[in-house]
Amino acid sequence: MRAQKRLIALAGQPNSGKSTVFNTLTGATQHVANYPGVTVDKMTGWYRHDGTRVEVVDLPGTYSLTSYSPEERVSRDFILHETPSLAVNVLDASNLKRSLYLTFQLIEMGILLVLDLNMMDVAEKRGVEIDAHRLSERLGVPAVPTTMKKGRGKKELLDAIATVAEGKEPLRPARIDYVEMEPPFRTIEARLASETALAECYPLRWLAIKLMEGDREVKRLIRESHPDPDPFMKLVEQLRADFETRHQKAPEMHIAHRRYQAAGEISRSCIKPRAGLKYPLSDRVDRFVCHRFLGPTILVAVIWLLYYLSIVQGYNVTNYTWPVLAKIRSLTESLMPAPGFLDIPLIRSFSLWFVDSINALLNYVPIFFILFGLIAILEDSGYMPRMAFMVDRFFSRFGLHGQSTLPMVLGGIYVGGCAVPGVMSCKGIPDERSRLATILIIPILNCLAKVPLYVLLINIYFAAYKAWAMFFISTISLLMVLPVAKLLTLTVLKKKETAPFIMEMPSYHIPSLRAVLGRAVQRVWLFLRKITTIVAAVAVIIFVLMQFPGLSKERMAFFETKKATAVSAFLKRIQNTAYAGVITADNIMDFINYWNAYKDARLQAGGGAKAQALNKTYKRKNPEFFSIVRRQGANGKTVYRAARGLVRTRQQLLMDMKNERINQSFLGRMGKGLEPLTQWAGFNWRVNVALLSAFAAKESSVATLGALYESDVSGETLEQRMAKGEADFTPLHALALMLFMVLYPPCLATVIAVKVQTGSVKWMLFSMIHPMVLGVVVAILVFSGGSALGLSGLQAMAGFYGLALAATLFMGFFKNDIRSANTIKKGGNGHV
Amino acid sequence: MTLDQIKPGTECLIKKLTVREKLGQRLLDMGVYPGLKLKVLRNAPLEDPMEVEVDGYFVSLRHEEARFVEVQLP
Repeated sequence: MRAQKRLIALAGQPNSGKSTVFNTLTGATQHVANYPGVTVDKMTGWYRHDGTRVEVVDLPGTYSLTSYSPEERVSRDFILHETPSLAVNVLDASNLKRSLYLTFQLIEMGILLVLDLNMMDVAEKRGVEIDAHRLSERLGVPAVPTTMKKGRGKKELLDAIATVAEGKEPLRPARIDYVEMEPPFRTIEARLASETALAECYPLRWLAIKLMEGDREVKRLIRESHPDPDPFMKLVEQLRADFETRHQKAPEMHIAHRRYQAAGEISRSCIKPRAGLKYPLSDRVDRFVCHRFLGPTILVAVIWLLYYLSIVQGYNVTNYTWPVLAKIRSLTESLMPAPGFLDIPLIRSFSLWFVDSINALLNYVPIFFILFGLIAILEDSGYMPRMAFMVDRFFSRFGLHGQSTLPMVLGGIYVGGCAVPGVMSCKGIPDERSRLATILIIPILNCLAKVPLYVLLINIYFAAYKAWAMFFISTISLLMVLPVAKLLTLTVLKKKETAPFIMEMPSYHIPSLRAVLGRAVQRVWLFLRKITTIVAAVAVIIFVLMQFPGLSKERMAFFETKKATAVSAFLKRIQNTAYAGVITADNIMDFINYWNAYKDARLQAGGGAKAQALNKTYKRKNPEFFSIVRRQGANGKTVYRAARGLVRTRQQLLMDMKNERINQSFLGRMGKGLEPLTQWAGFNWRVNVALLSAFAAKESSVATLGALYESDVSGETLEQRMAKGEADFTPLHALALMLFMVLYPPCLATVIAVKVQTGSVKWMLFSMIHPMVLGVVVAILVFSGGSALGLSGLQAMAGFYGLALAATLFMGFFKNDIRSANTIKKGGNGHV
Repeated sequence: MTLDQIKPGTECLIKKLTVREKLGQRLLDMGVYPGLKLKVLRNAPLEDPMEVEVDGYFVSLRHEEARFVEVQLP
């Protein structure tokens, strides 16, 4: 009988095209989770083949299966403990010998294998012909040649998986003869078999190999499951020491050596080099791409292009997508109960707030789509490791890593990024310490959502020096990020695990459109699924915090009286006109809604034919109201003026109520409660409220300020309103506020990303607290210090810039690792 | 002589790895092991790290890591 469900693993080295294989097999069924206890992504998907549902787990790409890196540990544990029915081992056909190094280790773990000889096209182009049949014979494992990038060989692979999983053909996988190490293996195996029950769950030969390698995890396993581990472990150490003295080499060296020898021998026997075997192109390309002067130039150009296409052009695209979102909003508006003169139904204001919050996020989708597509191109082309290669020296000075470049570019190294994809892309950094440092500093970079507040403040308070102020704010974040990263790695992250830098420089490939688009869509989707729900939840919370407890009965009564006065005054004014009976106390709200709807529609329609069509519609709706808004008939002008006055009075009342409500709200109280501290940074409670609301999403800060400074005169910009509302606000205030915004704690979506990437609530909380403390300190320093010294905003700006620059240079001067102090003495003329 | 002292464009023979555990195993797993020929291709624009070719395969490593690879000029 055939099993209806099956679990298989996908294993392979980095750059073997494993993720392409995974995407081709599982398509849109993928989801991401974490392996328990570590922050390694666990990608899972499934497909159906001949009625069987096959669950595929994409193991992290690793070169080997030791216990030194979390990725390798996770892969091993999965194979040993989740017992998949088989593993598909993806090999880079153009680099067979290296790929087989891992294959032998998989075979030793006793798992059934199917080899996927991927990237056959690359091998062919390089003039290599592989005899898959012979390979499969020599290894005793089925081998399927594929070019998954183009979908070639998929069917054959699926069939091979089914055949092996059903156990139709008995397999006899090849095993490496470790020659002089076989006797110690035999001794260990015999002892394990007689003294423990480990044989039930683990291949004893694998345990023996790992013990001779000195594998820490396997040693721990033995200590846990051996009834009397000490004499046994002593024996193992003795065997290792004996081997080393007798053969003059470390046991692990011998093991690696034998694996390479076997891999080399098998790959030679299966490869027919055709005439004109080509030297890999990548070295010739690297001569330019990694050149001393040309390399950095290309790097800057690539980063600039990444910005330009995703941020600048992406924004242009949002001009086309925004109307769609705006339509959703107006549709929601039309579905909600109509507003009363003073009482806006709660469901109405809530729905609009909710749609606005989600729209603010969805608006970024085109930018993310372009960004993710471009990153996929960078990844697939092989440029990414070159990027790390070029900047590693610089970043490692600050405790970061060459591979911190991409996350930082995404986070907004200059201006305009997004911390969420930035934090998410940190998972590739192999060094735990640098990875955490990168994750913690990314929120300090200038994300897109911080920019509106900068622009707002610069336009008001630094209008004469716009370009300088913009340059300041764009670069200051990097000057704060670097010293902070260094400080973190010297203090809280000091004890974190580090990893060797050693990195493969894979050959260059032309990325396929299919793979790039597929990845972009998939990542946008994963991002939306994860983030939207969170933003939605927070929007609800902030709404509640801003709305409740609401106005007291007395205040409501006060506003009601004001309303009554305004309405009766209006009715009195139109009493003696031709429209006296047209608008009454009963239908006055209908009229006001009609008025507002017409004005809005008119503003959007512009002039010409559209306006005429609009007039026609509104005339049909209500000819009498229409003649008022068009100032027609006898006393038309008088009535129009009276109506305009009424509408404005209502708006003013609504706004007063809103201000009072926020003032009384939980959020307002928090803002006020913080004033004693924040006054030293120059923030009053209104600014505090705006900053608090920015936690949900930073763009809310401008929206909240907009609400707080709402104006009765429509058409007045927020700049004008804010300048009017905060007459005693100086450029120094603005500078402190901008710097606080730079250091502002990550928004909620980022916080969740940090939680996912660090796998710990502790680090998540830390990522919120450290920038907040830093932000308050910097803002107080700038504002109080600046005021004490009598500096102008511009002077304080220059002064702070100097300070940050000095801190960066100082921090860059000494290195993290004492061990490496004597390695920088090399002369600089050796470059070709 | 150690690998970090080799100038770009020079070929050498790997003699010995003088480090074990994490870094040593990593060097082995990336294909840097005694007996192989190795060619230093280039240094990064800021001198560190360096790129080497080993057995038709390209690897970059920091100089502080290359210090643990003993080599011999042919």
